[in-house]
Amino acid sequence: MISTLLLSRIQFAFTISMHILFPAFSIGLATFLAVMEGLWLKTKNPVYLGICKFWMKIFALTFGMGVVSGIVMEFQFGTNWAGFASKIGDVLGSLFVYEVLTAFFIEAGFLGVMIFGWNKVGPKLHYLATLLVAIGVTLSTFWIMSANSWMQHPTGFEIVNGRYVVTDWFDVVFNPLMLPRFTHMLLAAYVTTLFVIAGVAAYYLLKKLHIDFAKKCLSFAMGLLIILMPLQIIMGDAVGVAVHEYQPLKTAAMEAVWNTQNGAPLVLFGYPDMAQQKNLFAISIPYGASLFNTHSLHGQLIGLKTVAPADQPYVPLVFYSFRIMVGAGLLMLALAVIGLILRWRKKLYESSWFLKACVLSSPLGFIALWTGWVTAEVGRQPWVVYGYIRTSDAVSNVSVNDVIISLGLLIVVYGLIFGIFYFRYLGKILHHGPDSPNATITGNAPFQYLAGQISEKQ
Amino acid sequence: MSYLILAWVAIIAFIFLMYVILDGFTLGTGIVFPFVSARDKDLLISMILPTWDGNQTWLVFGGASLYGAFPLAFSTILPIFYLPILILVISLLFRGVSFEFRLKSEKGKRFWDALFVLGSISATFIQGVMLGAFIQGFSLNSTENYHWLTAFTVITGISLVFGYALLGATRLIVKTSDQLKLKMIKIAKIASIGVAVGFLIVTIWTPYVNSVIAIRWATPLEAFYLSALPTLTIISYAILWGALAKQHDWLPYWMSIAIFMTGYLGFALSLWPYIVPNSITVIQAAAPESSLKFLLVGASIMIPILLLYTGYAYKIFKGKVTDVIYY
Repeated sequence: MISTLLLSRIQFAFTISMHILFPAFSIGLATFLAVMEGLWLKTKNPVYLGICKFWMKIFALTFGMGVVSGIVMEFQFGTNWAGFASKIGDVLGSLFVYEVLTAFFIEAGFLGVMIFGWNKVGPKLHYLATLLVAIGVTLSTFWIMSANSWMQHPTGFEIVNGRYVVTDWFDVVFNPLMLPRFTHMLLAAYVTTLFVIAGVAAYYLLKKLHIDFAKKCLSFAMGLLIILMPLQIIMGDAVGVAVHEYQPLKTAAMEAVWNTQNGAPLVLFGYPDMAQQKNLFAISIPYGASLFNTHSLHGQLIGLKTVAPADQPYVPLVFYSFRIMVGAGLLMLALAVIGLILRWRKKLYESSWFLKACVLSSPLGFIALWTGWVTAEVGRQPWVVYGYIRTSDAVSNVSVNDVIISLGLLIVVYGLIFGIFYFRYLGKILHHGPDSPNATITGNAPFQYLAGQISEKQ
Repeated sequence: MSYLILAWVAIIAFIFLMYVILDGFTLGTGIVFPFVSARDKDLLISMILPTWDGNQTWLVFGGASLYGAFPLAFSTILPIFYLPILILVISLLFRGVSFEFRLKSEKGKRFWDALFVLGSISATFIQGVMLGAFIQGFSLNSTENYHWLTAFTVITGISLVFGYALLGATRLIVKTSDQLKLKMIKIAKIASIGVAVGFLIVTIWTPYVNSVIAIRWATPLEAFYLSALPTLTIISYAILWGALAKQHDWLPYWMSIAIFMTGYLGFALSLWPYIVPNSITVIQAAAPESSLKFLLVGASIMIPILLLYTGYAYKIFKGKVTDVIYY
């Protein structure tokens, strides 16, 4: 049945899935750039400057995509989710305002200096701009994760005459799910970005191009990943335990547990069936699900059947997404470990099968990011604010036709701009590669090469 | 009325004014873009590249503040303007990506230039249409009948295109020199005629489309106070023309801003105390005190700071643009 609700949900899922790629990549790149520029200032090794200027081009492009797709998100809260906005604006609106005040303006104010200011300000001031952009994107993540975590587990308010009146802002901002999920997301952004950096570096090494640049990038990415990947898996476990504590039904959907039980098995592969309310097929490890989610072999997991089927999330989507995320995570961990072993054997830059694996793995982080978010967002359905507001009560009173028009237009526009042209220009930057270190020290900034091309034409 | 609500009305009015002034000249640059040579196009883009994102952030700020401080207004207005908002965000998307992409493109440059112009014009026009819809007022159950599209709102839309073109051209007078500056003076003159005609039509037409405003303007005391605004507009307009004739650098820009401010103030005062025309007042729409207080703490600390560093970022890129930025 085509309804405003269904179409609005599809539109939201589509626009946020496209949007999240850009901020996640920007968060990782901004932090990476802050580290690299710091290393350049400290060591004066021109390879670091080359790395900064190359990845800054990609950052500028990616950040721009994040900005324009972010505006769509903000206004969509009002156009399509007026019920949500009118009830929850009292709480979440404030967090968005704080995000604009502490993050967006800092990013916007210093982005120009960072990208176009190489010759306009001194190296220290330029570094300050790069640092502030990195701080800006981190704060932005903080506020968004705070808002989303509050929707997963609302705290710090009371309901007065049907309105959500905040009694304690600290409890709203730092609700119990916030810190583990914020850390998990931040690490996800870093890991995702590092795999792209490793993939690009591996590609250059395979093609025997920009060797110094590529070696530094690959070495840095793999060196950091062997620390961050285990950390991320530990954080993922912490998030899992917190989710089980505050959203037991989401855990039940992730693990396909239908009946409340102690010592629930971990279903490795299976086919959860909503209609029959059971798993039609399952390969399981005894006690596994209880062990992971409660850290006890005999811990109790609430079953999906404790609520009516209408109040359950769509289990297969949550179940499979979660498995893809974990699978992608384990693959990334394996690559990081292999990278460490190869480095130890001094073969990190020579092993062509490993370099090829790195190239193929560049999108792994994004896949984990997508499926992780699908697990989180589909898993809390049918609620938009867990236990308080249903998604069906949050939708705007707009006509089906209007949403068909907007969804259709957005799919076409996003498909062209983000699906084709972003990758085309990204490919162009990658194809050109970093400028040689000697050339980058003078001239008009990181973008010299096109200036060169244009002057050649004239 | 509590000081908190008043404070937030003032802050949001300030935010949207900042948006109109700052993104107004950026969008205006897009509107005057077709009238300059290929080499000058690169210069124009170089002028707006370092600051456009900051300018547009004021719109994001305005949306978020409306969401946080007046959630009922946010959730009422946006669905009513479903399609205009869609057109606005897609136009801004085109505008934003086009000048990022044109820098990296050789063959496709003209395509992105065209999209930049189209995005700027349609974003401006639709903002003007929504402004017109606010002036004429709307009923809350009018989501389907395209109530926002009338002859009156088309006129306000076109007027705003001239308005932002004026802001853009006068800003470019500050930032350019020689032939390009002379061209901008010419464009500013044409745009200012469009603005004057638009202002006149809208002012005369308004009491006929909105009876509440008609009654208000017919009240002698209020009419007396409100008449100060058109007087100021006429004075600013006269100074603008004098300054354009003398090829002054900064004065035309300031006077364009002054013209916008008088119009903006007139609009805000005519709407008051409603935030959704004729149906929801600012008091009815306001968030609970605890939210307004929490918001005010952040705003009063952060707004002065962000104004300082935004000003500083502008200072770094001040002066006439002579270098073209390339990626």
